[in-house]
Amino acid sequence: MKNKKRWLALGMAAVMTAGIMTGCGSSSGGSSDSDGGEGSVYYLNFKPEQDPQWQDLAKAYTEETGVEVTVVTAASGEYETTLMSEMGKSGAPTLFQVNGPVGLANWKDYCYDLSDSDVYKELTSEGHALKDGDAAAGIAYVVESYGIIVNTELLGEAGYKTEDIQSFEDLKKVSEDISSRSDELGFTAFTSAGMDGSSDWRFKTHLANLPIHFEYVDGGSAEAIEGTYLDNYREIWDLYINNSTCEPSELAAKTGDDSRNEFLNKEAVFFQNGSWEYSNLTEDGTFTDDNLAMIPIYFGAGEEAEQGLCTGTENFWCVNKEADEADIQATLDFMNWCVTSELGTKTMGEDMGFVIPFKKAIESSNLFVKQDAEMTADGKVPVAWDFSTIPSEEWKNGVGSALTAYAADQTDDNWKAVESAFVDGWAEEYALAHQE
Amino acid sequence: MEKALKRYAPIFVLPTFAAFVIGFIWPFVQGLYLSFCKFTTVDNASWVGISNYIAAIKDASFTSSFKFTVFFAVVSILSINIIAFMLATLLTQKLKGTNVFRTVFFMPNLIGGIVLGYIWQILINCLLSIIGQPILALNSTAGYWGLIILMCWQQIGYMMIIYIAGLQNVSDDLIEAAAIDGAGGWDVLWRIKIPMVMSSITICVFLTLTNSFKLFDQNLALTGGEPSHSTEMIALNIYQTFYARSGMQWKGYGQAKAVIFCVIVILISLIQLNATRSKEVQQ
Repeated sequence: MKNKKRWLALGMAAVMTAGIMTGCGSSSGGSSDSDGGEGSVYYLNFKPEQDPQWQDLAKAYTEETGVEVTVVTAASGEYETTLMSEMGKSGAPTLFQVNGPVGLANWKDYCYDLSDSDVYKELTSEGHALKDGDAAAGIAYVVESYGIIVNTELLGEAGYKTEDIQSFEDLKKVSEDISSRSDELGFTAFTSAGMDGSSDWRFKTHLANLPIHFEYVDGGSAEAIEGTYLDNYREIWDLYINNSTCEPSELAAKTGDDSRNEFLNKEAVFFQNGSWEYSNLTEDGTFTDDNLAMIPIYFGAGEEAEQGLCTGTENFWCVNKEADEADIQATLDFMNWCVTSELGTKTMGEDMGFVIPFKKAIESSNLFVKQDAEMTADGKVPVAWDFSTIPSEEWKNGVGSALTAYAADQTDDNWKAVESAFVDGWAEEYALAHQE
Repeated sequence: MEKALKRYAPIFVLPTFAAFVIGFIWPFVQGLYLSFCKFTTVDNASWVGISNYIAAIKDASFTSSFKFTVFFAVVSILSINIIAFMLATLLTQKLKGTNVFRTVFFMPNLIGGIVLGYIWQILINCLLSIIGQPILALNSTAGYWGLIILMCWQQIGYMMIIYIAGLQNVSDDLIEAAAIDGAGGWDVLWRIKIPMVMSSITICVFLTLTNSFKLFDQNLALTGGEPSHSTEMIALNIYQTFYARSGMQWKGYGQAKAVIFCVIVILISLIQLNATRSKEVQQ
């Protein structure tokens, strides 16, 4: 009798414990451990802008093939942390992304070699693969462009055309003229160059690409950046912050949304951003293809007449090597379907507005992407995305801090701090990234 | 009955104990192990020995963030506890509306740290730009005091409730007897009330001490460590070590820092518990 009670109690305790554990377990989002054999896909998506389209595409794929596809999108700026915790779980993502060679350093042990896959053979050029030695660790799935987005209507009101801007000198002349007449015109040249975390990447990464790029063009290498073009960097930064919608000292707290809203409210003519902004600018009808354009970020370096938009990618698909055989196959099939099927290419090209570097890609409806193609056809040379060689996030943060401090107080000493963060910071971070 | 309870105690403890092992002991042991490894996720760790600890100690940003944390902790522990105690004394007097005030002071504690951080960032930036000072991202002094104000605002209410409970337990007989013996308000406070609420002080100092050292969300949201890491507290520094650079070794350094940090916090709080507990009196 006593023993029975004891066993009963033990049993109850076990049930309770089990209850606690399942309570924890059931919330994890993994799907790869569902009904075996078939395999399933778990895509950890990087781009919050395209989340709804990915969800729809996943649903359509499941309806067509019966293979389960889960798409989870990480919050903006939280991809690396989300990926790290998801990868540690059972039911880890089968499809994830890295941002280039630096990001790959974290994840190369998890990258399945894609060089024999069907989707790899669909790439328009091998240059779109991210190599780890001989293995294709990742493949680019979208090519994007950035530059200076122009409100052509306002530019016209100020008495200029986009064709008037063919060099940094032109850009400087036009924007300084507009900002000096801003009271009379009712708008100014540039939207706020916000240095809040939601916006500072436009300057500490995308704008910083130009001095890095032109140094590479001159034969510089990632091992030691010399800062040859930092004076140009300063000039364009001065132009951005002194001809803008707000006082330079307020930039530290301005966000990406602030900047976009200023552009949408027609408070400024120029907005440095990329092709991914197209749907944000056009979705409520404020802008159409008739009053938008994107021009290169003229920098006063190289052959400006032949400079194109900054075009490249930092979005590489990687397949998780640690996943089940069946899941890997399912993932490869899904990727291939996305870039070859009618629905897949249409969704990626039209709904997401991507240019995908695959043979069966359809023409994108994105104006900026079309302009990039036109410029390239006219013989202009796109500026490569050399910021993917930046040794670490820490470098970007250092440059960002220094730029913010300089914006608030534009002295030579403060610019020296930017130069030091740029050049010495690079050397330091490069050494740290390459130590063993 | 009691005997039976005792006999079954292990069974009753089992669910909680299992949860404790799974949720605390095991991750802790694993964390300790990982601090000797380089890794990307917990599954692909490879052993590197104590080199992580050497790198962590050599890291200048770790020591400077530690100093900043200590300065922050000292000032915030003192200000939170003193103000909370004063409020508690005030609100245990027989005044009208004390319940309303207690609720009002307690409320900030119900808002999450990240949200509070952003709200105060807007408030402080606004104030700074009105008085013509550089805003938070450029101003480490304002960042430091901003953090103190934010923590006071958030924690005073909670500590106040604990002190109120303590003060209400001080028996009126004692205070009356002291008054008859000729003790003034100040004497009553120092010789009767404070010794009698010493156990509340132990708890409150312990809570503010550990909270100050572990502070993360408020730091991240209010200043994010800007300008150039000068307002970065130790927890944020560990986080940055993990994510600001890529490569497996950085996760190991971060983990080693976390273990060092944990040991330091445990040591300091043990010392504090001993020190304040020895002053507690039995009623």
